[in-house]
Amino acid sequence: MANQELKSLNEGYEERFGFHDEEKPVFKTPKGLSEDVVREISKQKKEPIWMMDLRLKALKIFESKKMPDWGGNLKNINFDNITYYFKPNEKIEKSWDDVPEDIKKTFDRLGIPEAEKKFLGGVGAQYESETVYHNLREDLAKQGVVFLDTDTALKEYPELFKKYFGKIVPAGDNKFAALNTAVWSGGSFIYIPPGVKVTAPLQAYFRINAKNVGQFERTLIIVDKDASITYIEGCTAPVYSTDSLHSAVVEVVALPGSFVRYVTIQNWSSNVYNLVTKRAIAEENATVEWIDGNLGSKLTMKYPSVFLKGEGSKANILSIAYAGKGQHQDAGAKVLHFAKNTQSRIISKSVSKDGGRTSYRGLLRVAKGCTGVKSHVQCDALMLDDNSRSDTYPTMKIEEQNVSIGHEATAGKINDDQIFYLMSRGMKESEALAMIVLGFIEEFTKELPMEYAVELNKLIQLEMEGSIA
Amino acid sequence: MREEFLMSTLEIKDLHVSAGGKPILKGINLTIKSGEVHALMGPNGSGKSTLSHVIAGDSGYEIVKGDILLDNKSILKMSPDERAKAGLFLAFQHPIEIPGVNLGSLLFTLYKSRHPDAKAVQFHKDLAEYLQKTGVTHAFTERSLNVGLSGGEKKRVEILQMLMLKPKVAIMDETDSGLDIDSLKAIANAINSLRSPEFSALVITHYNRILEYLKPDFVHVLMDGKIAMSGGPNLPGELESKGYSWLNEAVVNG
Repeated sequence: MANQELKSLNEGYEERFGFHDEEKPVFKTPKGLSEDVVREISKQKKEPIWMMDLRLKALKIFESKKMPDWGGNLKNINFDNITYYFKPNEKIEKSWDDVPEDIKKTFDRLGIPEAEKKFLGGVGAQYESETVYHNLREDLAKQGVVFLDTDTALKEYPELFKKYFGKIVPAGDNKFAALNTAVWSGGSFIYIPPGVKVTAPLQAYFRINAKNVGQFERTLIIVDKDASITYIEGCTAPVYSTDSLHSAVVEVVALPGSFVRYVTIQNWSSNVYNLVTKRAIAEENATVEWIDGNLGSKLTMKYPSVFLKGEGSKANILSIAYAGKGQHQDAGAKVLHFAKNTQSRIISKSVSKDGGRTSYRGLLRVAKGCTGVKSHVQCDALMLDDNSRSDTYPTMKIEEQNVSIGHEATAGKINDDQIFYLMSRGMKESEALAMIVLGFIEEFTKELPMEYAVELNKLIQLEMEGSIA
Repeated sequence: MREEFLMSTLEIKDLHVSAGGKPILKGINLTIKSGEVHALMGPNGSGKSTLSHVIAGDSGYEIVKGDILLDNKSILKMSPDERAKAGLFLAFQHPIEIPGVNLGSLLFTLYKSRHPDAKAVQFHKDLAEYLQKTGVTHAFTERSLNVGLSGGEKKRVEILQMLMLKPKVAIMDETDSGLDIDSLKAIANAINSLRSPEFSALVITHYNRILEYLKPDFVHVLMDGKIAMSGGPNLPGELESKGYSWLNEAVVNG
């Protein structure tokens, strides 16, 4: 066991996640984006007309919106060199044994079937553009829990889609939300009936395998009154010399009294642009938590947000960002208080190393008349060397007097006294560094299910091993 | 895994050390044989903490001249962790706070470095004993390392770590400062529990009280970067009544 652990520590990203299979699409669109490509995707999926119309409208919005001139460097994305739809398999399997051998092996290597057996209530596995495996524990299905890939859900629950799809994140929200709406494929759909508390997390894993493929999954989660759910998503991709694009949209609806915890461990390879829009609406007394871990990608721009719409609702956003060589994590959080007596807490931790760059970009807004609001924002940045960079861009729009708002921010270099102290106890420099970094992000890690906390700790240790020449 | 020697000797030879170009230690000679406890006294700014940090391998100082040997081997090129693995331990005067690093996990890591095959059960048994010896409450093991602890509590946690590591040579830098009389007694007893022919210590202190419990074999006085006087167990009493200025004159006149 100890040897195995040691071995996995010494294997790099390339070894553990960066491998790839041969590309065997059953269908794919030609490279580049056009009306024809969008129509073809919709046709392949045999969608209702209204969805195709929505896609085409979104394409126009995408084309008309200029690239964001803030955040990270988006100039090098070559939209013409991307395959927007890549179908790896004919259908979605309910048993791992039926998943094509190559693909099954990939998910085996990533430990998904094993985790499913151990502690998950349901699993979805997406490979390129489509879900290849989806299963929900029978007892949960019996309670009326719905956990499907988004394409299937569109066919089975059209009324919920008409009501919520694109309502929390409209296509016009930003250029990449428009892109996702135009070419979306796959993703998770969850519906939890009133009062049902799901204790075993549901998980989706997103894998990009082929070169220059874009992944545009769309996730919609609706948690009915007084119900609760934890959803976890993980993502990795092979290491290629050319860039890939991941641009997801996630919409969460937390109905009165419900609880939603959405956990992300993003570990894309460093050739992936990760441009994601995540937003939740919390009704009366509902709680929404984004637990957002960003370790990989070339550039991430992602600011999970919560609209606190109902009185007494709560938002809790915990995030970590790690940027190594050639990486830029432009991440943050947004909370908008639109109701009285709402509460929010934002904790953001970032670590940069080897010239990596982290930025915290946050928005806290309290609308006029929302008395009794409490909010606390804390962002801490740790830089492991002189080449690394960290910036903070907090925005606060507080339009009401009768509120309690706290804000703390720290930024600093790794403390040499701490390293010396731990080394004087017999720890190697890399071990001391890892221990300090893990301590720095502990507020985040302790919120993860144990299996994920262990994995995250291993990933950080691995990064620290690499940092000592 | 660290090598075990029955006997060990720490030898400091004509050690000259500067910090930022300013000379601090100006030719220290000191030999600590295993089984011995040495006390190091001296006024503030005389270089006591510098000496302790240099022995532990703090890279913030320049070694201008001289050598430090452990069992006849120079340790100057060894990193702090290599020195620790060779059996050296430094109890810090100002223990460092590390947020988010759980004391219990750190102790387990230290314990595993000493007993690679030990089971968690054995660790918890020993932990309970060491907690009791040092008077550290179990709740502290659930907290971040040194964060929010009082000065005295931090010192106890240093000794707790020392018990976990069972070093061959321990340097204790003003471990008694900030301790009330009962704590002082408990800590002195904990240190004494390590005393054996295989253990030696350099105890840096301003006060005679801890030395009454530890009964050092030798007492040295450091003044302006040099050992101004060495003596037996009676020296601290003499210093307490006469002060250091008497020594100053003795050095000048001698």
